[in-house]
Amino acid sequence: MQKSEEIIIAGFGGQGVLSLGQMLAYSAMIENKEVSWMPSYGPEMRGGTANCIVIISDTRISSPIITKFDSAILLNQPSMDKFEKAVKPNGLIIYEESTVVSKPRRDDVKYIKIAALEEATKLNKKQVANMVLLGAFLELKPLVGIETILKALKTVLPERHHHTIPVNQNALTRGKEIVQELQ
Amino acid sequence: MTKEIRLMKGNEALAEASIRAGLQAYFGYPITPQSEVLEYFAEQAPKRGFTVLQAESEVASINMVFGAAGAGARVMTSSSSPGISLMQEGLSYIAAGELPCLIVNVNRGGPGLGTIQPGQGDYFQSTKGGGHGDYHLIVLAPSSVQEMADFVFEGFKLAEKYRNPVMILTDGALGQMMEKVELPPEGSLPYVRPEWATTGKAATRERNIVTTLFIEPEVMEQVNIKLQKKYTEICEKEVRYETINCEDAEIVLCAYGLSARISQKAMDLAREGGIKAGIFRPITLYPYPYEILNKLAETADHFLDVEMNAGQMIEDVRLGVNGKKPVHFTGRMGGMIPDPEVIYQEIVKIVGKK
Repeated sequence: MQKSEEIIIAGFGGQGVLSLGQMLAYSAMIENKEVSWMPSYGPEMRGGTANCIVIISDTRISSPIITKFDSAILLNQPSMDKFEKAVKPNGLIIYEESTVVSKPRRDDVKYIKIAALEEATKLNKKQVANMVLLGAFLELKPLVGIETILKALKTVLPERHHHTIPVNQNALTRGKEIVQELQ
Repeated sequence: MTKEIRLMKGNEALAEASIRAGLQAYFGYPITPQSEVLEYFAEQAPKRGFTVLQAESEVASINMVFGAAGAGARVMTSSSSPGISLMQEGLSYIAAGELPCLIVNVNRGGPGLGTIQPGQGDYFQSTKGGGHGDYHLIVLAPSSVQEMADFVFEGFKLAEKYRNPVMILTDGALGQMMEKVELPPEGSLPYVRPEWATTGKAATRERNIVTTLFIEPEVMEQVNIKLQKKYTEICEKEVRYETINCEDAEIVLCAYGLSARISQKAMDLAREGGIKAGIFRPITLYPYPYEILNKLAETADHFLDVEMNAGQMIEDVRLGVNGKKPVHFTGRMGGMIPDPEVIYQEIVKIVGKK
């Protein structure tokens, strides 16, 4: 059976939604997987919400645009409202605790809430909340190794931001730990 | 040589490939969803030695392309639907003057100023003329980021071989999405300044003249005859397409660009559901692959044309199938994207089983 994972990542602009998806796609590419990253770039971007579809696969990817997902990483309430129903049965929804207020509305998907913003604040860098979520996601779905993410950060981030790699690493680790504690 | 694989947006891959293809000049005007092309060139030009200029409008851009092409430069422009409409007069002139150049249309939803979401509503405009007079562009339709890069090389080659403008017709999604791309090596497309280039009269030869004014109808007709002869040769030699799973297909999905990718997902769903579906994907939209469609019509029972418009390419599909089998249509318009599940339901409805 061929393996592929179809992921939607959504939130407000500025939460690092698109870069989270890019890190994931870039890392999977380093690990020789087929990848596609499709951002929203339309009017919804102007309204303050952003999303991207990331597909990681062992085989050639057909459509980069899909309407049903294996996993969702959601960083705000409008994204939960929009994509909660788009996750396949037995799928996974990871969401940010403080920005998503609704109660889970389905019983056929797995919900994991992560206090990513709080954790990032503890690390003195709010911007790494997305990495906390990525760490949590990769603990549940080990699609790529954390070492690969760090390697990707080095390539993707301009040199002047390389000093942020340790705090990104801490955020990833924290995300993983939170999930481990939950289980 | 080690392979150089990158994760890039379609627009960026296209721009990088253009530089590697020996681009000498780019003239353009920003418009979503293709502004990354101009941005990328603007950033790279000082380091890599080519001309990039943001013109005052698309009309100016295409006329700058006209001028540079007349001087024999390897030149291109890019825009999106409304901007491409503004260029149509210039394209007709460039075709009449038989000048090679590359035009990229990152198609968005229309008509009018429309929407910035991806569309395929410019098919007629791209393949059937667009500007005035009996002319054709050679039209290439990529369906992946890899092809966004590869077709730049293909485009310049064809343009220079036939002295004809080439269009890459893509869409907002392919421009904005990121995929793996293996970039062709820099300098792999040799450039020789053409003999006909208007670069000033040398003592050793007659004046080179590029003109699109042929006031005597007898002369104008001869120019047309020459153009048509060229188009016939292009139709004979340059047709490109891809077929997937067509050998045993009872239904063939006909789609190009992003629609072809979406259709592949629908094909997979159909195959899982026990329906033998295949894909016919034209790569050259002009010249159009009529012959293979006619051949496929001998074995397949149905054709389903899938587009992001009201049904434009379907006219060419019908010409290819030539009445042998029914040709159906499904699509979305105005920047909306077809859902593979919906296409699959359409397939089930047509083939009549599940």
